[in-house]
Amino acid sequence: MIKTDILIIGAGPTGLFAVFEAGLLKLKCHLIDALPQPGGQCSEIYPKKPIYDIPGFPEILAGDLTNNLMEQCKQFEPGFTLGERADTIEKQEDGSFIVTTNKGTKHQAPVVAIAGGLGSFEPRKPLIDNIAYFEDKGVEYFIKDPEIYRNKRVVISGGGDSALDWSIFLSNVASEVTLIHRRNEFRGALDSVEKVQELKNQGKIKLITPAEVINVVGHHKVEAVVVSQSDKIHIDKEFEIDCDHFIPLFGLSPKLGPIANWGLEIEKNAIVVNNALDYQTNIPGIFAIGDVNTYPGKLKLILCGFHEATLMCQAAYQIINPGKRYVLKYTTVSGVDGFDGTRKEAPKQVVKSID
Amino acid sequence: MTQDITIKIIDRKGNAHKVLAPTDMAMNLMEVVRSYELAPEGTIGVCGGMAMCASCQCYVMSDTLLPEMQPDEEAMLSEAFYVKDNSRLGCQIHITPELDGLEVELAPES
Repeated sequence: MIKTDILIIGAGPTGLFAVFEAGLLKLKCHLIDALPQPGGQCSEIYPKKPIYDIPGFPEILAGDLTNNLMEQCKQFEPGFTLGERADTIEKQEDGSFIVTTNKGTKHQAPVVAIAGGLGSFEPRKPLIDNIAYFEDKGVEYFIKDPEIYRNKRVVISGGGDSALDWSIFLSNVASEVTLIHRRNEFRGALDSVEKVQELKNQGKIKLITPAEVINVVGHHKVEAVVVSQSDKIHIDKEFEIDCDHFIPLFGLSPKLGPIANWGLEIEKNAIVVNNALDYQTNIPGIFAIGDVNTYPGKLKLILCGFHEATLMCQAAYQIINPGKRYVLKYTTVSGVDGFDGTRKEAPKQVVKSID
Repeated sequence: MTQDITIKIIDRKGNAHKVLAPTDMAMNLMEVVRSYELAPEGTIGVCGGMAMCASCQCYVMSDTLLPEMQPDEEAMLSEAFYVKDNSRLGCQIHITPELDGLEVELAPES
């Protein structure tokens, strides 16, 4: 059981900043995120894109914003459960909550802050009728352990960075790698595209374009995929490729997911909170901050998430330390005392006479 | 003041809506759909309009002359589902006076 003061669901910019604000109030945080890395959309969807409305940053890349937030909160030693989705929540007699992930990891905290953005990122599954039957029987939408592909025949479909990068990586692991994409053009980092070209020329990757996997074949496990290839001039030809694994990599799309069943009031795919007070939900002790919440006048902006995280932490302090006195302090005045023993503070002013 | 234009949008349930769209607010078609709440929040414009998610895919039903597809829109559509010959990404279609009378149908959610 992982125990903490504030359990934050979602490690995007809002969740990460909440760690900092909580730390100033001596509250410890643990974050759960379905993605394997922190940053949420900023690192998953658009790490290389600039953002222009972060106060104090005329321009910052989304990936750099994530790195900065990680640096800003690191002295408060947040814990992370990454690559797992928060599935269930149970209220305990003492008022605390136990949140369990899809992998069974349990977390307990008196306050839960949902900073889930648009939801947890789920793989976009190709429209193949029988694909669900083969999930975990040779069809995988994520590559968790590349070793399971050693000396196996693998078919990857997709045209983005992950399809290219995994084709390159697995060409040294699998006995056979076939990359299938609907077009001849790939969109990815230039060096990845060039590397695939090189591996194709060496015969280490088989490339089939423009083509699409339209069916999966096998008894209780993947044995082959059916591919439809078309060159827009001749009629489509269909053929089978024998393989042990089929890995469709068509990106991720966010879904509110199991949180929708936690008994929270939901409106417009977002969690209703009490505007202007502390962003608490209809369940006391559970807060929703950032893009995942809604209230009259809501704006889905990172800067609004920062504000909401800050107010939420004040309310969490009251829940965790009932009746304990506190006044807001400026970091410039009080400095920042990390849980790791570090201290940041403004340099003392020099008091010296001038002759 | 610039004139609003009229656009016909068929939502994912098959209902048709005639809406007015401003041409002077640098809006795109995805944003027009959101401003009239013709698709639930969170199911359209997920990436915010960067041609990176295809949640605003629509089928162009009129013969309105549209701006040419840029490489990133073309690449995204090549990875999207339910794509047809008349598919476009709403976020890449900027609302200009020339689009008056445009008719589109929203592609299914995926």
